[in-house]
Amino acid sequence: MLEFIQSLPSPIAQGMIWGIMAIGVYITYKILDVADLTVDGSLGTGGAVLVVLTTVYHVNIYLALVVAFLAGCLAGLATGVLHTKFGIPAILAGILTQLALYSINLGIMGGRANTTISWRNFYLIVSSKTDQLWFTILKCGLFIFAIIAILYWFFGTELGYSVRATGCNLAMARSNGINTDSRKILGIVLSNGIVALSGGLLAQFSGSADINMGRGAIVIGLAAVIIGDVLFGKIFHNFALRLVSVVIGGIVYYIVIAAVLKMGLNPNNLKLFSAIVVAIFLAIPYWKSKISFKSKKTDTETAK
Amino acid sequence: MSMLEINNVYKTFNPGTINEKKALQGVNLSLEAGDFVTVIGGNGAGKSTILNMITGVYPVDRGTISIDGVDITKMPDYKRAKYFGRVFQDPMMGTAADMQIEENLALALRRGKRRTLKSGITGKERAMFKEMLATLDLGLEDRLTSKVGLLSGGQRQAITLLMATMQSPKLLMLDEHTAALDPQTAAKVLTLTNQLVTRDRITTLMITHNMKDAITYGNRLIMMSKGRIIFDVSGEEKANLTIDGLIHKFSESSDEMLSDRTLLQD
Repeated sequence: MLEFIQSLPSPIAQGMIWGIMAIGVYITYKILDVADLTVDGSLGTGGAVLVVLTTVYHVNIYLALVVAFLAGCLAGLATGVLHTKFGIPAILAGILTQLALYSINLGIMGGRANTTISWRNFYLIVSSKTDQLWFTILKCGLFIFAIIAILYWFFGTELGYSVRATGCNLAMARSNGINTDSRKILGIVLSNGIVALSGGLLAQFSGSADINMGRGAIVIGLAAVIIGDVLFGKIFHNFALRLVSVVIGGIVYYIVIAAVLKMGLNPNNLKLFSAIVVAIFLAIPYWKSKISFKSKKTDTETAK
Repeated sequence: MSMLEINNVYKTFNPGTINEKKALQGVNLSLEAGDFVTVIGGNGAGKSTILNMITGVYPVDRGTISIDGVDITKMPDYKRAKYFGRVFQDPMMGTAADMQIEENLALALRRGKRRTLKSGITGKERAMFKEMLATLDLGLEDRLTSKVGLLSGGQRQAITLLMATMQSPKLLMLDEHTAALDPQTAAKVLTLTNQLVTRDRITTLMITHNMKDAITYGNRLIMMSKGRIIFDVSGEEKANLTIDGLIHKFSESSDEMLSDRTLLQD
């Protein structure tokens, strides 16, 4: 047990990085009401761009992170345009972009499936090196604080209001003069930018960018959003706190993963485990509504 | 110049299929500024289609629509929205449920304006909204930050009405906006509608299923049937209309059987 607690900083740091990714998912899934699968590709794009810029072109790593963010924005732009201008359903548009990104990410990494970046040769913002872990957690905390602060400000602006209205009620938004297509694109762009930024951090943390690093990312992002919602949904109503709960959701997810691995789960079954957990959490609100419906029905039946 | 000019507008849904529906068959309508027009007609007469054509939900097949001299026939719906206020039949449709009352109002206040990175709502606006809400007499002035989703249908409809009228639109469109409410709430919302419309002299098209309301409110009444306007009265003649007279008129100008299901008499 003590050993497990001592090993916690690693899943906490990892959970924080995925928490940033989950904030991106929150923007599409919760605010825009769109399930955007682009993230499975744009996470890898962020990682690939950061690693290649840093190791091959020797670009400053913070600048490389900014470029990674912008690359993610471009990926989101592709999905947004496919969805709104080509009339392709959002899920399919995301899948198309994700598929295309597989080739693009390979291209960025010069045709290799994996490009390493090591703290031995490069200054890294975050790393999984044991003596750096607490520092990494602190830095992730700063990133998360900054991202939440910016999003909190943005969604409180006139433009941010219009994005929220678009996700909430399309007819209302349009009849109030909002170009809902452009707002959807904006939301998906912003979301994938954040996801790619998280990918840039993740590549540093895991020591490499990998063509498969984003596989199933949407599931982990959703898991973080849902766990955060289940744990804090009733207490946190403020938008910034909701985003905090998403990050905590990511951390909890990785602690649970570390625990089940410790308990002997075969790592090969990890994705199966994740899928089952997320499926159950997604189903809970549906089951709850069914049960309350049933009990209501029995109420009226007994009343008769 | 008239405020709204509809010129020979045609619309057919699903043309060439078994579900073909000729919704509008050459509609001409001209509204003067300040007109408060009630629209009646049976199901499928084309009442809602007319509103959808004006707001640009679907494109017209033929004809033109202009508002205050501007041809809007081909303008995308979100761009022409600046000219309109609209209240839907479904109370859920006019407001964003997950957003606060004041956020909804602030969104409507910026209709037709560029949405920038300035704060979505200002302190001054908040004070103004509070005053506006107080006039509704629904106790909403103390619930500015409540989510609209928590409100009743009538409360939501009242807020939608405020949102639709707060910018003095060139044309206010009410699509059976009290039909989904209980009679008491419906009466209250209708009274409020009349207050706002007459106070600001807003040019208004109000679709209703209720003949009595159609006669009581407004200075002009039009009746639609099978995609055409079949009856159009205003002024003195409108003021002297009775329900019986209206039913007579309807059977006179239309071979369609009148049923209580399509037109309520009380």
